[in-house]
Amino acid sequence: MPDASSSLQNQQGPYFGDFGGRFVPEALIAALDELESEYRKAVDDPTFQQELARLHREYTGRPNPLTEVPRFAEHAGGARVFLKREDLNHTGSHKINNVLGQALLVKRMGKKRVIAETGAGQHGVATATAAALMDLECVVYMGEEDTERQALNVARMRLLGATVVPVTIGSRTLKDAINEALRDWVANVDTTHYLLGTVTGPHPFPEMVRDFHRIIGEEARAQILDRIGRLPDALAACVGGGSNAMGLFNAFLDDQDVALYGFEAGGEGVPTGRHAARFSGGAPGVLHGARSYLMQDEDGQTLPSHSISAGLDYPSVGPAHSWLHDLGRATYEPVTDVEAMEAFRLLCRTEGIIPAIESAHALAGALRIGREARAAGKEDTVILVNLSGRGDKDVATAARWFDLIDADTVVDGEGSSL
Amino acid sequence: MSGIVGGVRAPRGTAGRLEEVAAEGRAALIGYLPVGYPSVEGTVQAATALVETGVDIIELGLPYTDPVMDGPVIQRAVEHSLAAGTRVRDVVTAVEAVAALGVPVLVMTYWNPVLRYGVEAFARDLAAAGGAGLITADLIPDEAGEWISAADAHDLDKVFLVAPSSTPERLRLTAAASRGFVYAASTMGVTGIRAEVGSKAEELVAATRAAGAEHVCVGLGVSTSAQAAQVARYADGVIVGSAFVRPLLGDAPWEDRLENLRAVARDLAEGVRTARAPESASGQVTA
Repeated sequence: MPDASSSLQNQQGPYFGDFGGRFVPEALIAALDELESEYRKAVDDPTFQQELARLHREYTGRPNPLTEVPRFAEHAGGARVFLKREDLNHTGSHKINNVLGQALLVKRMGKKRVIAETGAGQHGVATATAAALMDLECVVYMGEEDTERQALNVARMRLLGATVVPVTIGSRTLKDAINEALRDWVANVDTTHYLLGTVTGPHPFPEMVRDFHRIIGEEARAQILDRIGRLPDALAACVGGGSNAMGLFNAFLDDQDVALYGFEAGGEGVPTGRHAARFSGGAPGVLHGARSYLMQDEDGQTLPSHSISAGLDYPSVGPAHSWLHDLGRATYEPVTDVEAMEAFRLLCRTEGIIPAIESAHALAGALRIGREARAAGKEDTVILVNLSGRGDKDVATAARWFDLIDADTVVDGEGSSL
Repeated sequence: MSGIVGGVRAPRGTAGRLEEVAAEGRAALIGYLPVGYPSVEGTVQAATALVETGVDIIELGLPYTDPVMDGPVIQRAVEHSLAAGTRVRDVVTAVEAVAALGVPVLVMTYWNPVLRYGVEAFARDLAAAGGAGLITADLIPDEAGEWISAADAHDLDKVFLVAPSSTPERLRLTAAASRGFVYAASTMGVTGIRAEVGSKAEELVAATRAAGAEHVCVGLGVSTSAQAAQVARYADGVIVGSAFVRPLLGDAPWEDRLENLRAVARDLAEGVRTARAPESASGQVTA
């Protein structure tokens, strides 16, 4: 193991290089301090760690497998491709790792109510699930546009007893859902925990959420070593806020020979402006409590992001990703809607796995890495992809994209026949 | 820096104005307007109406896409302002026009637009326009090193916020970093119109003074004359936002909306002027 003092794995907030911090109203500082203090105590408390480990094992179904996908890999320049199967977790994505950790903290803090933001609905579903399990009141804020394109997840959250509040102001997507959650939190901070779903936000969220997801990379690192006796050449993960990527990357940060690739939503193409490629089309700025790369205009107004995948449709990114970007330790590239959907279909057809459209961006990235390695004359390239979520929620979107719904079975608008 | 100069009050210096008002035995009335609602010119007209009806200090809001400390009334106005194309440089223009009326003008802003403009450049341009300083909604002193240096270099006020949740240690930190006044949030929440001003406000003002603040003004949820009078008994200033923005919303003729704004302002101005009348001016607490 590397010397802890030089390790990138255990970087503590509030800053990751020039990024992070606490750019929030003073009213929230006491709650953030309480959260940080409670989190640090929990980390050192064997009871907390044992309970979290038990939930991972008995509730989530961890460890989830590492699956080699040879038929898919035939399209990746002959590389070997392995998928870390976060899609097989209970609730269908990696989001449950963080949610269970924070929900246990909520119990320790004695709060009774949790609020959350959600884009694709995966974090909202995971939060509603943990709230049901631990008897917490749950309110989920979701942009109105996202409630429409992820209607199935809205129904799931309501089945689990959560209140889903469509947010109708601003761009009506994830960023506006976070604004609304922050407003709720300021008003109700005595009784309420904001169960933030990714590695963004004010300190301690970027550090804490990374830590709740580091199990992804720790399992994957042990599994690949066990399987092939060496580390992979490259990791690939999609990056919206960046929690699944950070969870996978973290265990490998000090393995300098492992290349780290984060794939952002290129949307309709970076030159069109309709994308969520913060590293290609953004500049450092402050949003939602942290300084990080941000899509903004020349006045510092947040620009609307765009992606076919609601979970990547966010104009900023976790500050630790900005830090890894500026350090040169990780590479961030855009993947367009078209590329992501091609990879989506390819995994369905070659391996019988329907990925989340978010994760399909990482799959498209893996195809690119493999082909480029082949073009550079490299043999035996091994790529480990984080399959962060399953695609059940995306069936309606994919059916429209691939024109799979027979016109005469559509009764009244999209989705009504499914 | 303050006081009557050649018949016109020097516009800069919020603390000076607060002290003048205190000498009259009352609290100041501070009015917020978002720049660009319904237009930049309209904002200047509305600010003029406020000043003419007894508002002592003007707070101009820099419209921002993600105003997490604002409730629905101000969100709507800001969204309209941005859709109409209001730019950061329009805020500087509005500051210049309103400062020319002889009142201190503070800009209320979220941090990213200032960061993007360049903190030093923004301080320079704000000072050149005659602005008094900034109220920073999402910038705590811990993160404000660059702003504090720029403000000090350009002789600008730094208004930071405290909240009922602030610890004594944070009150001391914030009081020490502020110049002009400390903005005490009356309640845990966002801007808006409320039935009552938070009961913790008076306690917070006292604690903030005890932590070293020379001037403490109270905002969030003050919308009626009675509320203004209540706050004016213990605070140096009463900050009103949504209650001034609400009469400007809607489709009525602009002159009618301005008249409605004047009516609200007159009522609130009376509130701060009568608050301490039954007792004596000596009831004022000083730090």
